[in-house]
Amino acid sequence: MSVQAPPGGALRAVARSVPFPLGAGLAWRLLERNARSARRYWIVIASGFFEPVFYLLSLGVGLGALVGPIEVEPGRSVPYAMFVAPALLAASAMNGAVFDSTISVFFKLKYTRLYESVLSTPLRPWDVAVAEIGWALLRGAVYAGAFLLVLVAAGFVASWWALLALPAAVLIGFGFAAVGMAASTYMRTWTDFEFVQLAVLPMFLFSATFYPLSTYPPAVQWLVQATPLFHAVQLERSLLLGDVGWGLLGHAAVFAVMAAAGLVVAARRLDRLLLS
Amino acid sequence: MGGATAGTASQRGSAAPARPPRPGLMAGRAFSFWLVNYRRNWFGSAISSFLAPVLFLASMGFGLGALVDAGPGGPAMGVAYVAFVAPGVLAATAMQTGVGESTFPVMAAVKWQRQYHAMLATPLTVVDVLLGHMAFIAVRILATAAVFLAVATLLGAVLSPWALLALPAALLCGLAHAAPVFAFSATQERDTGFMLLFRLVVTPLFLFSGTFFPARDLPPVLEQLAYATPLWHGVDLCRQLSLGTPEAGPAALHVAYLLLWFLGGLLVARRTLTRRLQR
Amino acid sequence: MTSPAPAGTLAGQVPAGPLIEARGLVKRFGGFTAVDGIDVSVAAGEAFGFLGPNGAGKSSTMRMVGCVSPPSAGTLRILGLDPVHDGSAIRARLGVVPQRDTLDEELTVRENVVVYARYFGLSRAQSRAKADELLEFAQLTERADDRVEPLSGGMKRRLTIARALVNDPDILLLDEPTTGLDPQARHVLWDRLFRLKRQGVTLVLTTHYMDEAEQLCDRLVVMDGGRIAAEGSPRELIRQYSTREVLELRLADGVAGSEPARVAELLARDARRTEVLPDRVLVYTDDADAAAAEAEQRGFAVVSALTRRSTLEDVFLHLTGRTLVD
Repeated sequence: MSVQAPPGGALRAVARSVPFPLGAGLAWRLLERNARSARRYWIVIASGFFEPVFYLLSLGVGLGALVGPIEVEPGRSVPYAMFVAPALLAASAMNGAVFDSTISVFFKLKYTRLYESVLSTPLRPWDVAVAEIGWALLRGAVYAGAFLLVLVAAGFVASWWALLALPAAVLIGFGFAAVGMAASTYMRTWTDFEFVQLAVLPMFLFSATFYPLSTYPPAVQWLVQATPLFHAVQLERSLLLGDVGWGLLGHAAVFAVMAAAGLVVAARRLDRLLLS
Repeated sequence: MGGATAGTASQRGSAAPARPPRPGLMAGRAFSFWLVNYRRNWFGSAISSFLAPVLFLASMGFGLGALVDAGPGGPAMGVAYVAFVAPGVLAATAMQTGVGESTFPVMAAVKWQRQYHAMLATPLTVVDVLLGHMAFIAVRILATAAVFLAVATLLGAVLSPWALLALPAALLCGLAHAAPVFAFSATQERDTGFMLLFRLVVTPLFLFSGTFFPARDLPPVLEQLAYATPLWHGVDLCRQLSLGTPEAGPAALHVAYLLLWFLGGLLVARRTLTRRLQR
Repeated sequence: MTSPAPAGTLAGQVPAGPLIEARGLVKRFGGFTAVDGIDVSVAAGEAFGFLGPNGAGKSSTMRMVGCVSPPSAGTLRILGLDPVHDGSAIRARLGVVPQRDTLDEELTVRENVVVYARYFGLSRAQSRAKADELLEFAQLTERADDRVEPLSGGMKRRLTIARALVNDPDILLLDEPTTGLDPQARHVLWDRLFRLKRQGVTLVLTTHYMDEAEQLCDRLVVMDGGRIAAEGSPRELIRQYSTREVLELRLADGVAGSEPARVAELLARDARRTEVLPDRVLVYTDDADAAAAEAEQRGFAVVSALTRRSTLEDVFLHLTGRTLVD
């Protein structure tokens, strides 16, 4: 039988030994598979764009009329819509990444058993982790980009720093996707996803998303500041309102750490789970 | 047959059951299945159905409520924002529970786990299957609404004893959404339609049907659209009762409109489910 | 995550020795031992079968050979390589047909093959060409652009086999390839597997269908309780563990003098072995017609007498017993 060229080559071997994303190697092929299958349900993917937009209209425009302007720094107030828009950007980056890396991965792991067939090829568990997180980030980037355009069109963007809001959203997604992926390797049944809800929903509602941190009593403020989404909201809010300082790097670092820790755990767990 | 493999023909004949009751009267048997099923899997929806609405109330009612009450629109509301938003969340939660219970579980029972087919291999009819499941959905809506209402009352977000009637009102609101969605679910081959339903119908309903701010604050076209949704009627009914300001005429209209959606949905569901299960 | 040059053989080259070589291979899951120290050796071009009841350890063995399950003890070399360290390189040269189809239901028939080919590093053009060729081979060309979900069981199985061939594998692993298929679908599949065998592909399969094992396997092992109970060609196994022929006697109920136990005892004198079942007496002998004549002569109340050749099924039941294990 004829034999095709194996995925060899010194260059590729070197590339594969380099960490994500340069060394993704065959992982790109799994990403390609996801893109192919997405063509069948593009309408579902497209509909994901509307979620933050609906929230923006309801909260920013509808409720905004009741709330009035919000003071974001001493002496500077912005309309409520401008206050809440960056939070919706951050929350949607979190929600999308968590959904793609938990429910969607669990479904492929346990129900369609996609990874079972993937692992009877040269791909390895690490490739699976890289591909799925990569896919989550790709989708997240598209959503974030589209939402940012809506904000620009609505005049809710106050600064050129907003250009950095897109990579920031991807970084936020990376952190949540890696941790979500690690968490989903511990899931046994669908009921366990209630724990994901338990983590995500309170963050969405209470991490200074819809009202300023100062609304809380000081003791509660500490708790709020301990949630990752709080840092995501601060990061996006500062960038979109042009209120930039070195402190933003601290917020960003939270997600770099989450991404690294999540990846390490996910890769290790996937090895044990898929190659048993 | 008691494990005997060699029962004679006459023994088998004597085991023949009496004539089954009329279609529809065996719904209780289907209902009891869903109840047992829920006892096994209740945790899978515990947080999203019991905790989530309370968290929404806390975040919107108290956190954001502090800003609203102090803001330019606050005084015009006449009551504290938390009292305004609580019945809204109550009705919206009833809707979400109704829709949630009549999408994926229905699809699973038709296609993935095929529980309906198992039921139809017994004397049960399609109408029994439909009514039995709908009865269980009603119990789920009622339980969710009752827990929320109790918590909201403890938090002081309920202003009147009339609110007791908000419980059946929320149930009706949930069923008015569950029945037509059930009819839709019975026609679906994949869950794609559900994703679109949630994102493009349920979320906008949740956000724009007078739940978080009065529908009159919407642009005129959207305002008229909001009045056409069953959720707006459910929200307004619950709100009148919770604030202790019920008016007989509008309330009766709300109930009639919600009943129309429920019964109409049920009729369509009977058609679609029959077509799906007996083709 | 480095991928060092395989120490054993270069891709595409087949080692001189056995393609698969296991010595004292063990697989444990917690306290449960699924595979309990087996020795197996499969040569190039061979069709090799694992037979055994459910739970015998066949699938665990296949997963170890497929490099998705590290052995708990013993040694395993595949294509001269170590599956733990060179798993990815070995898998690049295996074709795997798992017990349950793992087709991608979100993709079309053709896309299933194309995407799979991409996993093996084939270029887009190569993948497309390969898909056309394999769909033809699997008689699925007309369904190429359909979704996978509505395909029949036989079609899905053929697609899984087509998919397993995208990399022109040196070894094709088939775990119960025809379980659950109707007779037509099984024969079509066997036909495709014969062709592969003729092309020199090494086949390793598990089955509990004896006719399948007799049709396809040059050599096989019977597994029971994680161990190998017997090994040889189908013919050798029948010769060794059964007789040339079998007489199956059905007797009338409750006739004095024709009680199954008595019949068996009397016929056993001229037979190698007899077996009393609830509805039949089996007489293992080299001349079943003679045994039938004797039963007639002794005046037993015979309802029916069937003489047939011994099959692997007789060997199998003799070695692994008639009791259900799961």
